[in-house]
Amino acid sequence: MNQAESEASDLLRIRRLSKTYPGGFRALKTVDFTVRAGEIHALLGENGAGKSTLIKTITGITLRDDGEVWLDGREIHPRNGEEAQAAGIATVYQEVALLPNLSVAQNLFLGRQPTRFGLVREGEMGRRSRQLLQGFGLDIDVSAPLGEFSVAVQHIVAIARAVDLSAKVLILDEPTASLDAREVEVLFTVMRQLKSQGMGIVFVTHFLDQVHAICDRLTVLRNGGLVGERTVAGLPRMELVRMMLGRDLEAVETARSRSHRDTVVDRGAVPAVQAVGLGKHGAVAPFDMILREGEVLGLSGLLGSGRTETARLIFGVDRADQGELRVDGTSVRLLGPRDALRLGFGFCPEERKTEGIVAELSVRENIILALQARAGWLRPLSRKRQDEVADRFIKLLDIRPDDPDKPIGLLSGGNQQKAVLARWLATGPRVLILDEPTRGIDVGAHAEIIRLIRKLCDEGLALLVISSEVEEIVSYADRVTVLRDRHHVAELTGDEVTEQRVLTSIAAT
Amino acid sequence: MRRHLPVLVTTVVFLLGFLFCAIQYPNIASTRVVMNLFTDNAFLGILAVGMTFVIISGGIDLSVGSVIAFTTVFLALAIGNWGLSPGMAFVLVLGITALFGAAMGAIIHHFEVPPFIVTLAGMFLARGVAFLMSTESLPIDAALYQEVASFSIHLPGGGRLRIIGMMMLLVFLLGGIVLHYTRFGTNVFALGGGRTTTALMGVRVGRITVAIYMLSSLLAGLAGIVFSFYTASGYSLTGVGVELDTIAAVVIGGTLLSGGAGTMFGTFIGIMIQGLIQTYITFDGSLSSWWIKIVTGLLLFLFIVLQQLLTHLARRATTGAGEKDTQARP
Amino acid sequence: MSIVLPRKGSAQIGAFILILLINWLVSPQFFDLRLQDGRLFGSLVDVFNRGAPVMLLAMGMVLVIATRGIDLSVGAVMAISGAVAATLADSHSIVICLGAALGVGLLCGLWNGILVAVLRIQPIVATLILMVAGRGIAQLITEGRIVTFTSRDLAWFGGGSLFGVPAPVVLAVVALVVALALVRGTALGLMIEATGANAEASRLAGIDTRLMTVAVYMWCGFCASLAGVIVAADILGADANNAGLWLELDAILAVVIGGPSLFGGRFSLVLAVLGGLIIQAMNTGILLSGYPPELNLVIKATVVLVVLLLQTPRLIAFKDRLFRGTR
Repeated sequence: MNQAESEASDLLRIRRLSKTYPGGFRALKTVDFTVRAGEIHALLGENGAGKSTLIKTITGITLRDDGEVWLDGREIHPRNGEEAQAAGIATVYQEVALLPNLSVAQNLFLGRQPTRFGLVREGEMGRRSRQLLQGFGLDIDVSAPLGEFSVAVQHIVAIARAVDLSAKVLILDEPTASLDAREVEVLFTVMRQLKSQGMGIVFVTHFLDQVHAICDRLTVLRNGGLVGERTVAGLPRMELVRMMLGRDLEAVETARSRSHRDTVVDRGAVPAVQAVGLGKHGAVAPFDMILREGEVLGLSGLLGSGRTETARLIFGVDRADQGELRVDGTSVRLLGPRDALRLGFGFCPEERKTEGIVAELSVRENIILALQARAGWLRPLSRKRQDEVADRFIKLLDIRPDDPDKPIGLLSGGNQQKAVLARWLATGPRVLILDEPTRGIDVGAHAEIIRLIRKLCDEGLALLVISSEVEEIVSYADRVTVLRDRHHVAELTGDEVTEQRVLTSIAAT
Repeated sequence: MRRHLPVLVTTVVFLLGFLFCAIQYPNIASTRVVMNLFTDNAFLGILAVGMTFVIISGGIDLSVGSVIAFTTVFLALAIGNWGLSPGMAFVLVLGITALFGAAMGAIIHHFEVPPFIVTLAGMFLARGVAFLMSTESLPIDAALYQEVASFSIHLPGGGRLRIIGMMMLLVFLLGGIVLHYTRFGTNVFALGGGRTTTALMGVRVGRITVAIYMLSSLLAGLAGIVFSFYTASGYSLTGVGVELDTIAAVVIGGTLLSGGAGTMFGTFIGIMIQGLIQTYITFDGSLSSWWIKIVTGLLLFLFIVLQQLLTHLARRATTGAGEKDTQARP
Repeated sequence: MSIVLPRKGSAQIGAFILILLINWLVSPQFFDLRLQDGRLFGSLVDVFNRGAPVMLLAMGMVLVIATRGIDLSVGAVMAISGAVAATLADSHSIVICLGAALGVGLLCGLWNGILVAVLRIQPIVATLILMVAGRGIAQLITEGRIVTFTSRDLAWFGGGSLFGVPAPVVLAVVALVVALALVRGTALGLMIEATGANAEASRLAGIDTRLMTVAVYMWCGFCASLAGVIVAADILGADANNAGLWLELDAILAVVIGGPSLFGGRFSLVLAVLGGLIIQAMNTGILLSGYPPELNLVIKATVVLVVLLLQTPRLIAFKDRLFRGTR
């Protein structure tokens, strides 16, 4: 196929799309992306890769800084979701953007119900709804509230609404995240059918099996940049994982810096933290885990593999429904983060804005929050003590600007992350859990945080670090546990901790 | 079935309550008492129709009691002092109240101020204007008022269906049709299900919001007219606390106070339950009027807990679109 | 402990002074003070004296609003505690009488707090229950009558004085000092602000957000009951129908005037109390000027709207600044 032909069959063509958010975070760096008519195109990448920003700029929810969006040979400039819909781009989000309290039929026809004398013709609407959904192989009571149906059905209703509004391109943003295997199959049937009708489908997912099962081509993004576009057929799984997580192949062979370490870990001693058959239904399958002081345990796996869920169980954010957690050999029952805090645990969550920082409060207050929580409300830290702690960590972690009284919401992501880290370091923890500590922060802060992880480990902390950056995790982890589909599938120790081995474990089917 | 459970419970509570009352005081089971229920609660019923729209859309209107007071005083002055015909005065007052509601809706939508605080200001404003117009109880003396008062349809058993009772039934009927069988009604439900989502689905959220509060105030104006028929006077202290009775009736009627679900029929039953409690206490004679408030509060508590439970169960059953989009916050 | 007024309070202080000056123009004797029977009298004293209940309610409400809540039941709680105090005043010692009245307030707060924090019912809905039922309970206690009492101990809370300062003012000031000591002298203030600003992050940082929520509703109930006792003591009786009627609205208004946000987070006790004083100063001003007191409601409504609309662009700007750069 020559250049002209391939351009002709391009339904959606995106050229050099760029987006920098106020504050300087470059979410998209001159990304190209094409979708042909009658294909299912996977859009892949870890959190923060730029998938959501790409979708938002295509659908006009976020305005692009630069670049072109061509649909069906016409350049379009949608300024909101409605305009994108009118142009022919329909989007179905992971959180179904329909109304659970309305009936299925009302959801399908909201704003365009058939009426007679101002009254909605329920019968007619129901008939047309059933007809529409039958086209998707769905035979349900359309007068029942949407919320009573499974998420899969809700997704199909959302797709049906989008398609019925005459879409040329359908964007499915992680529709399968909360579906079981049977429901995924129903959804795939619908997708194949739409594909055969000549629609172009963008399919965002993090399940590689699904990419192989249904997609024709794929595009991978990483850190806001385009990694590449491939045809799915014949693409080795390993290659795909490497595109998503790794960096260039040549760089893989860099020496592990943890190989010559200063501290010696006593593997015979009672571990600081031990999980035995710990698990929670629907979150993560029962697993065993050992955390030793002076050691970094890395958790690796794709998004949605149960990494965060593991961390939340150990910190007591979610309560385990099976197994036990032992601290220094004694079984403990965590009823909440406060119990974990008392045991000397610390936890930097992945969702910095919603679970980490308290945006309205100052940097100082954010840093002393956990320390104060442990002391209890009756024993307030004196202002002098607060200033000391804040100043010490602002210096130690080089938090900028170094004004402890500035609301933390006004700081950059990297500095917010450092402040959350400082919050836990201030408590002098013995166990520290870091969920994606380097996500979405600038290069300088990135390197500093990795240095800090090493230093803390040398100081004798037990660290549990979650990261999508494989080359990063192997550079500091003593052991790496690999997760796949909510199961702990492999534990690599010693010389096994290489990028190659981690990637193989993630990719294995 | 779950979606009809609240209104079903309400109906069963009402029927059981009625049975209980009728066994104790057989006179209660007469058309006379039932018709009096209609007459005595006519203004409350009309208010509740408007409130049902507001609450289903996820809002609240605290100004309705004050709007009643304003309306009765306005009518008394317009007919008694300014020499307007009752019909003219009605048109005028309904126009004013509708505009008033529209203004509140516009502020709620455009400035993203929580409804309860805007309608709170509206409550002060309407009551204050009523006070300023007159602090005295003014009799309304018009031929129309006497005709309305004297007209009634006689029912077997001594019951009299009066005009204001008929008006309430008519408003409930029309309100039910608009809420359940028009695009506007569906949009009201949609708004209560999630404001952002509704906007994403292409509904003009602003217009609907303005219309909802306009309707509520308009009906409060109508309730004021009905109240003036009922008392043949205008007084700026009427309707104090009526907004609470109305909200209670709507919630007891099975409407979700957080919005998104409810029925007009349920609200009607909610009004009837409140009327029934009042009637029972009147019949009993030894019970005091404050039990109305306590029992209403208790019912309110039970229904809110029941709804909380149902919402919780529903959320557990399915995720996905089960969560409402959260309100924008600064 | 710092009782330093934040710089952001300058608008409120300015407004208060302006209203006082207007009052002075309307009534030249406004600032006159005279000592009579060992108690200060005068219009200015009146502003503080009459404003004490609203000041107390504002102190309670501001903490509730800081956790993103609202308490609609304060007026009803005032009626209940007033009824309890008046009923017990002549038959029991002042300690028992006061303890019962304030205890009832704490209990009401506990009820609201449990509904909000444990049953997770929206605050406006949860407190509505007590708002509806509370007045009925108060009437149940007074059996529908206006219960009068003669106890001079209780009467002191309304009409007494300490070093010439009217007792309600003393009580309000003491409550404010206690509140400031509790909130700024301990870590409660920080924890409440954190809970209101980001409950999930606060929970993950180890703060007992549930306890904080219950605590603020209990404090609010306590303040309301103290206000109820003052009002009952002032009129030497409890009127279950009218005690505290509409005062919940004044309390919310006071917080709106004094506080930066209705959406939780940062709060200032002093500014909320100042908001209460501003409302009372307006009331007094209208009274002095000879305008019908009914004008009060219209003015309050206008003030609420103006303050809110003034806040709106600020809210939006703040929102933009805060969430800039988020994905």
